[in-house]
Amino acid sequence: MTGARAWLLSGVGGLLFGVGLVVSGMTDPRNVIGFLDVAGDFRPNLALVMASAVGVHAAFLRFGQARSSPARPSLLPVSRRIDAELVIGAGIFGVGWGLGGYCPGPSIVALGFGRLGPVVVVGATLVGMFVADLVARTLSGAAPSPDPSDAPAGSPW
Amino acid sequence: MIQALLGGILIGLAASLMHFGVERIAGVSNLLHEAAFAGRKAVGGAFLAGLVVAGVLLGQVSGRAAPAAASLPTLAVAGLLVGFGARLGNGCTSGHGVCGVSRFSTRSIVATATFLATGLLTVLLVRHLVPLLRGGS
Repeated sequence: MTGARAWLLSGVGGLLFGVGLVVSGMTDPRNVIGFLDVAGDFRPNLALVMASAVGVHAAFLRFGQARSSPARPSLLPVSRRIDAELVIGAGIFGVGWGLGGYCPGPSIVALGFGRLGPVVVVGATLVGMFVADLVARTLSGAAPSPDPSDAPAGSPW
Repeated sequence: MIQALLGGILIGLAASLMHFGVERIAGVSNLLHEAAFAGRKAVGGAFLAGLVVAGVLLGQVSGRAAPAAASLPTLAVAGLLVGFGARLGNGCTSGHGVCGVSRFSTRSIVATATFLATGLLTVLLVRHLVPLLRGGS
């Protein structure tokens, strides 16, 4: 969907998402690392955030699916292909997440805090993405689809 | 606890708004990539702008603008890995963890379990094993 309405709704969506991240404490990397720190300063809140987010979203998806037309994304088949790049990619992502306590969403929200840390994270994230694309392009010509559930078409990895 | 629940609900609502209102997956890594690298400046940019505005608005509330938990060089490495991994794995905590899991996507469930595991191992290594080997706290 394009156009002014899409832009407006996306902006609202981002604002809501960002408020949710801040309110839940997920923009504080100590809460994220704390969740992953099972042997130390364990902070369980991330699990509750994830669970309630999934609970709400899954409910909407279920409700919406009953009223969907074939063109709606919710009826698109969900790929089940578990490939190496998914696992390796997620694995690498997790290492970065555990090192800094930031993933893309919170790091971008934190740009609004006026501190240097998130700026470094976001900048480095963009570089990391660029490198991944470069390697993928070198090995073949395909780019990943925007749906995380889909296996990349013609994956070169 | 209440804040975690409330925040999570807002995130779920936002993801649903994106799904039904804009017909896009609320996966931040892919939206970021699209806004930064794709020729067309599509809705990703608007979503990201919303994220930043949320940060600006709420960052002034006490205790929200938390300090970083690692040094700048570490954050740089962390960001590189997050960006690289998100592209390779075609998603992150919002795309796979929230949206994919909500759709019962096997790929997303596997991805989420994987990055939770490596995240956990990383913290264990960096925060506990390495200091232990160094004779530190």
